[in-house]
Amino acid sequence: MTETQVPRVDAAAGVTDPVLDVDHVTLRFGGVTSINDLTLAQQRGEILAVIGPNGAGKTSLFNCITGVYRPQAGSITLHPEGGKPRSLLRAKPSKVNRLGIARTFQNIRLFNALSAYENVKIGVESRDRAGPVSAMLGLPNYRREERASDARTRELLDFVGLRDKANELAASLSYGSLRRLEIARALGTSPQLLLLDEPAAGTNPSEKNELTALIRKVSVEMGVSVLLIEHDMRLVMSLATRIVVLNFGSAIAAGTPAEVQADEAVIAAYLGSA
Amino acid sequence: MSADALGAVGGRARLPGGLTRAYAIATGTDAKRLYSSLVLGLVLALMTGPAGSVTAPTSGIHHALLAPRVFGFLAFGLVVWLLLTFSGRVGPRLRGVRQRVAAPARAVTAHRTVRWSWYAVLLAALILVPRLLTGAYQQLLVDQIGIYVLLALGLNIVIGFAGLLDLGYIAFFAVGAYTTAYFTGSLPAKPPFEVTPFLCFPLGVLFAMLAGVILGAPTLRLRGDYLAIVTLGFGEIIYDVANNLKQTGGPQGVAKTVPHFVFGDYHWKLANLPYWYLLLGILVAVVIGVSRLENSRTGRAWTAIREDEVAAEASGIPALRYKVMAFAFGASTSGFAGVLFASKNGFFDPGVFTEQISILILVLVIFGGMGSIWGTIVGAAVLQFLPGYFRISGSSVFQPQDIYIYVGFLLIIMMIFRPQGLIPSRRRAREIGMAEAGIGSADALAAPGSAP
Repeated sequence: MTETQVPRVDAAAGVTDPVLDVDHVTLRFGGVTSINDLTLAQQRGEILAVIGPNGAGKTSLFNCITGVYRPQAGSITLHPEGGKPRSLLRAKPSKVNRLGIARTFQNIRLFNALSAYENVKIGVESRDRAGPVSAMLGLPNYRREERASDARTRELLDFVGLRDKANELAASLSYGSLRRLEIARALGTSPQLLLLDEPAAGTNPSEKNELTALIRKVSVEMGVSVLLIEHDMRLVMSLATRIVVLNFGSAIAAGTPAEVQADEAVIAAYLGSA
Repeated sequence: MSADALGAVGGRARLPGGLTRAYAIATGTDAKRLYSSLVLGLVLALMTGPAGSVTAPTSGIHHALLAPRVFGFLAFGLVVWLLLTFSGRVGPRLRGVRQRVAAPARAVTAHRTVRWSWYAVLLAALILVPRLLTGAYQQLLVDQIGIYVLLALGLNIVIGFAGLLDLGYIAFFAVGAYTTAYFTGSLPAKPPFEVTPFLCFPLGVLFAMLAGVILGAPTLRLRGDYLAIVTLGFGEIIYDVANNLKQTGGPQGVAKTVPHFVFGDYHWKLANLPYWYLLLGILVAVVIGVSRLENSRTGRAWTAIREDEVAAEASGIPALRYKVMAFAFGASTSGFAGVLFASKNGFFDPGVFTEQISILILVLVIFGGMGSIWGTIVGAAVLQFLPGYFRISGSSVFQPQDIYIYVGFLLIIMMIFRPQGLIPSRRRAREIGMAEAGIGSADALAAPGSAP
C-alpha cells in the first residue's frame, strides 16, 4: 500500500479544550517516514486511545511528545490547566515531564534494584526543591520536603494497590504489579497528561481487569488526561472516550469506539483490503 | 575429596592399586590446579624480582628465586589453590552460618546506641593510636592512607553513586595542589595576592569544582566508554600542561616550597599529627555528608540514572545536571585533598599526577566496593597500607614498586569471586546479582540503548 492510498481524517476535530495539540508532525529516520504529517488533539480529561497495526508510529508519537525524538516538521503543544501553552518540541524528556506529561514504557523500565517504594519516591521527589547541600546538612526545608514526599509516596502506593509490596524490590514483583508500579511512579510527578504505552501487554485477564479499573480511576479520581496505546481491543473499547487509528504514520480514523469499529478504513488497515 | 582420598591411599596400601590411585590424584583436576597455582607463584616471583645485569644476565632470575623470597610466593600460590578448590565447598556452608547469625547480629548493630558507641570507639582509636606510631608510620597514615581515602571517597561519588567512569580523576587533585602553590606564591607565575595555605582550601575546592563542571558539562552527554576516554584525555591534558608550562615550573615542579599551615603562632612544619587530625576531621565530615547524600533525593536520582537513564529522564530527573553535580562533588573532594597534599609536602612536581594514580584510586574504589562508603574507606586504607608497610619494614619478599602487579592480580581474583567489592553497597550488590541473573544491566557504564 502506498501512502497516497491512505485516507486521512482530522483527528483534532471537535476538540474544544485541548490538553495536547499535535500539529502536522512528521518524523523520519533516514528514508523511512515513521510519522507522516500527523495532526491530533486531546480533549482535557478524556481517555484518548491510539491504536493501529505494528509499525504504525504509535510509540514514535509518544517519543516525539516526550522529547526522546525530535520531529523534522510540525509542532507539539501542551496546554497546562490555567497556564500558557508550551511547545514541547525542543524540550528534553525531563523538561517535558516537569511541564506535566508523564509516561510509562512498552517494555517496563523500572529501577530494578530499588524497592517499589523508592521507585515511586524518585518520581514524587523529582519536584522537590531542596538541593544536595541541604540534604547533607539535614536542613529543615529538606526534612519538610522529605516528609511530604514520603506521605505522597505512600498515598500513591495505596492508590495503585501496592501498599503491602512497598519494601519489595521492583524486580521481584509480578508483571501486573510492575505495570501498576510504573503508573504510580509516573503519577508521582503530578502529571496533567499520562501517556501509557501498552499498559496491558503481557498481563493475564485478571490483571487486565485491575489495570482497566486503575486507568479509569486515574482519569476520574485524579482528573488526569490519559493518552493510551493499546492492542487489547476489549480494554480500549471499554476505556476510551475517543480513539484515533494510525496507519503508516497518519490518522486514518477518529471517533468514539462505536464509530471507529464501524469504519471501513480501519477494517481495511487491520485485515488488509482486497 | 583430595584429603579423604589421600588417607584412603595410605590405608589400603596395596601397591599396584595404590599407585593407580596416586596417579589418578596426581593428574586430577585439583592437583592440576595446584600445579598451576604454584607455577603462578613462581611467575610472580620472577616478574617482581630484581633485573639482571649485562655481566650476569641470569642473576635476576637467580635472586628472584632465592630462599626466603620464593617461599613467600609459593605460599601465595598455595593460598590461591586453597581458595580455588575449597571456596566452592565451604562457601554454601559459610553462607548458611552467616544467614543464621545475620538476623541477631543486625538486631544488635541496628540499635542506635550500639552503632554510635562503635563509631565513638573507632574515632577514639583513630585519634589516639597515631600518637603511638613511629614517624614513618605517621607519615604513611597521612600521605598514603588519609589523602587516598579522601580521594577514593570523592571518586566513589562519581563512579559508585552516579556510575560515571572517570579515568582522569587525579587531574582535580592536581588543580587543588597547583592552586595552592599559585596562591601561596610558590610557582614561577606570581598571583595578584598571596594568601595563607588555610585560605587555599576554599580556593582549591572552588577551582577543582569549576574544573569538574567545565569538563563535565560538555562531556557528560557522552555515555560509558566515550566518557571514560574523554576523562582519560582530560587527565593527560592537565598533566601535560603542568609538565610543559613555564608558569607551573614544568617538570622541575614548584619553584619554592609551598608553606605549611600556620595556625596563629603555631607552624605545622613537617609534623604529621596535625595534618592527620585535619584529615580526620574532613573525613568525618565527608562521610557524614556523603552518607546523608546517598539516602537523599540526590542519591536516589543518581541510582536511577545509573540504572536506566531513559526512565530517570522520563521521571523528571534532569540526568545531565545530576551527573555534572556528581562530577563537581567528586572534583571538590579531590581538590581539597590536593590543597592538603601541597601544603603538607611543600614540594611536588607533575610526576605525582600521572594517569597511573587515577587508575590506582579507581582500583581502591573497586576493591572496597563501588558505591559503598565504608567499603571505599576500608579498601583504600588496606591497599594503601600494605605497600607502605612492606617499604617501611624492608621486606625482601614484597617490594613496594611491584604494587601494580599485586593490585592487578588482586583485581582479577576479586572480579571472579567478589565482583561487588570488599564491603559491597546493598544497591550495587543487588544490581550485580540481577545482571548475573540476566535482569537489566549492572551499570550505566554498560550503556543501555539510548532510546526505547
